[in-house]
Amino acid sequence: MGRLGTITRRTFLVGSAAVAGGVAFGLYKLATPHDNPLEDGLDEDAVTFNPWILIDSEKITLITPHGDKGQGVTSMQAALLAEELDVEFGQFETSFGQPSAAYWNTAMADEGVPFMATDKSFMAESMRDVMGGVLKLMGLQGTGGSTSTPDSYEKLRIAGAMARETIKLAASKKFKTPVDQLKTRKAAVIFPGGKTVKYTELAAAAALISPVQDVELRDPSEWRLIGKPMKRVDIVEKSTGILKYGIDQVQENMVYATIKVNPRQGGDLKSYDATSAKTMPGVNKILTVTNGVAVIATNTWYAMQAVEEIDFEWGEAPYPAEQKDHWDRISKSFVEENLDSEWRNDGDVETALRVGRVVSAEYRSPYVAHAPLEPLNAVIRVTDDIVELWSGHQMPRMLQRIVGNVTGHDASQVIFHNLYMGGSFGHRLEMEHLKLAAEIGKQMRGVPVKLTYSREEDFAHDFPRHIAMGRGQGTVQDGKVEAIDLEIAAPSVINSQMGRAGLIIPGPDAQIAAGSWNNSYKLPNYRMRAYRVDELAPVSSWRSVGSAGAGFIFDSFLDELIHEAGADPMAERIRLMGDGVSKTVLETVAEMCSWGQSLPKNKGRGVAFVESFGVPVAEVVEVTNTNDGIRIDKVWIACDVGKIIDPVNFENLVQGGVIFGLGHAMNCEITYSDGMAEQSNYDSFEAMRLSQCPEIFVKGLENGAKVRGIGEPPVPPAAPALANAIFAATGKRLREMPFSKHIDFV
Amino acid sequence: MEIIVNGKTFEVNVSPDMPLLWVLRDELNIKGPKYGCGIAQCGACTVHVDGVALRSCQLPIGDLKGEVTTIEGLGTPSSLHVVQEAWIEHQVAQCGYCQSGQIMQAASLLEKMPNPTDEEIEKEMSGNLCRCGTYPRIRAAIKTAAKNLKKGE
Repeated sequence: MGRLGTITRRTFLVGSAAVAGGVAFGLYKLATPHDNPLEDGLDEDAVTFNPWILIDSEKITLITPHGDKGQGVTSMQAALLAEELDVEFGQFETSFGQPSAAYWNTAMADEGVPFMATDKSFMAESMRDVMGGVLKLMGLQGTGGSTSTPDSYEKLRIAGAMARETIKLAASKKFKTPVDQLKTRKAAVIFPGGKTVKYTELAAAAALISPVQDVELRDPSEWRLIGKPMKRVDIVEKSTGILKYGIDQVQENMVYATIKVNPRQGGDLKSYDATSAKTMPGVNKILTVTNGVAVIATNTWYAMQAVEEIDFEWGEAPYPAEQKDHWDRISKSFVEENLDSEWRNDGDVETALRVGRVVSAEYRSPYVAHAPLEPLNAVIRVTDDIVELWSGHQMPRMLQRIVGNVTGHDASQVIFHNLYMGGSFGHRLEMEHLKLAAEIGKQMRGVPVKLTYSREEDFAHDFPRHIAMGRGQGTVQDGKVEAIDLEIAAPSVINSQMGRAGLIIPGPDAQIAAGSWNNSYKLPNYRMRAYRVDELAPVSSWRSVGSAGAGFIFDSFLDELIHEAGADPMAERIRLMGDGVSKTVLETVAEMCSWGQSLPKNKGRGVAFVESFGVPVAEVVEVTNTNDGIRIDKVWIACDVGKIIDPVNFENLVQGGVIFGLGHAMNCEITYSDGMAEQSNYDSFEAMRLSQCPEIFVKGLENGAKVRGIGEPPVPPAAPALANAIFAATGKRLREMPFSKHIDFV
Repeated sequence: MEIIVNGKTFEVNVSPDMPLLWVLRDELNIKGPKYGCGIAQCGACTVHVDGVALRSCQLPIGDLKGEVTTIEGLGTPSSLHVVQEAWIEHQVAQCGYCQSGQIMQAASLLEKMPNPTDEEIEKEMSGNLCRCGTYPRIRAAIKTAAKNLKKGE
């Protein structure tokens, strides 16, 4: 096994020393207990300083191990490395690298503990440390939970600085010049007098010395890249059609496959008749796979045509066949034995509910598909020695184990080439399509096969966002909200998703109620209880996970109570908000939209606030009640992420998140009948079109103490802000998504 | 049968009912046009036939009459089309998977209407789905491209 696994002079092993944080001129070390994967098979003229940087005599390669689903993390990671390394965009290539424990996600622990992001208590911080330690030991490499930026923010700058200082040291030794007289700029070392030597010319010399381990990070005032508009590294390729996604991969002698698996997810295949399919043009083979059939052909379209010709007899679904029975099950779960956790119990709700009139309401959040535009796909070649796999995925290390289990290989024999993804929204956290690709590859040993899902098959096996129901009771007094008693019942998405990966996650599932309790509101009486429903249809993390449903439920109910109190929706939220950062977010959005200005009679505005992934977000939606239905005119959004890496990509992602939240709240749901999803393509699951897209004004704030990711947090407040705006314009309360079930949109 | 794509002639031997999209992608290895829905609901497969934007997932190759242009034939990194320039200037793409289709649709729109109104942009572009929600930037990029076209006259 090459040099992998051995400690060499090129490898940084700093044991378990913690990465220091916060101080601008502290002395930093990079803590990684795992080997540097770039050591394996390294050329003599090449040097790797740590798992993220590789320089040889020809070029500089920056490894950006977080998967890029469109959120732009390749550029973000490259910018953090380049900032301290002193290289410019255009002077390096990027690579997703090979899966490695060295790329364990240091930030996922924050979301894995049942504490509010603002909770800095000993217990909360200790739990984060424990979780962090577990993830480190597991070497859990993953992209999700809006963690890429928090994970990378310090680590990659340190990696860049270490490489820069090592190159300077090598230059100092080679040219007999004191290191403190050397500077670096644009991928070159600058000597006194102005002579420059390129990093690539120093790679071989740098490989011969012990890398510098203690570095100082620059003061933010010296940053050239971070916080300034960037040109994304993928923008030209994505604007000229030449970027190759997973679905575009081609290998020599490759054949094309598609698949049909029991649309009652988890149900078995009783029998099938492929007699006529076998004779169709281009068809090579029909293979049986778990609960379904694959067709191998000379063209994807031939395979898709043939699979439609097969007669199947499917088994029953392992969950209720009809949608109404899913809701019935949820409805019956607000009972003691289903109580998963009482997330919050401030004041004395029981007593407060005995005073004055009690307002009650019930809310529903539906199943929603991820449906990224690039359907699921993978290219796989299975041989006796290795499995080679090309696809875009969020969990590269976990998939090696799972694919290897199917093909009979050790995880280390699964060579995974991660690729740019045509969207994900959580879809590419799933493993089922890769397991099926592995089953096909195993039966086609030696031959590269490209598996492409039809859009219909992708919808049938989407593993949608979980459904949730909320029940609230509350009271108001003297024009103020006095008490909220909120209960939410839902199946556990974590249990469903991790269960498919063979993992059991103990303890309560924070996602059942996320977005409804983890905020800084100081309500005098506030109780939030979550109920766990036994699994219904299998579900998965959907952009913003639990906060999309529970955030809608909580903020909508708060809005109802504010209305009951006769208070102003913005002023009352600001009054109730204790924490300074969240309060500033609300005050900012109020200022942006000139909240309180008079509007024409047929217009209305709604505000919503949801904190998710540690990011407080406030949105104001303005709608017009036209003769043909509701038109969404404008949206204002303010959020606080601690530090914005690239303001251009930030704005694009935030606007996209708003559109994602609004579009699905307007008209998207997955419902089950006869055990199958009733929606199978974008004609019945449309979300937002360009003609419906409002103007969206974005303001990012940097008051928060920690740097946070922005991929998901703009989504949850969009739905309640829209519902609250529709109420303001029409007097009609919408308590169930999608709203198109109750009101028309133009 | 013979087809012309991006100025080159290709001989293809497939069922006449195979949609143009799958001829381009799996037979000719021209991967710019994308498969998204297969039923003309997303626009990711949009190409030009004799300059007119259409959904290549809906056109059987046997019915093709005219020369095909894909995103690869519209412009390249070293020789960008005015629409692609605007797409880069505004950094429209997130995942980028729909953008080949969006760009081909926008190029066709500007060919027909060099100075489109907001309503015309909405009408022409609403058949192209973007799951990432880049619509505000698509609108802005089309306006920039229209402005640059005018300057270039």
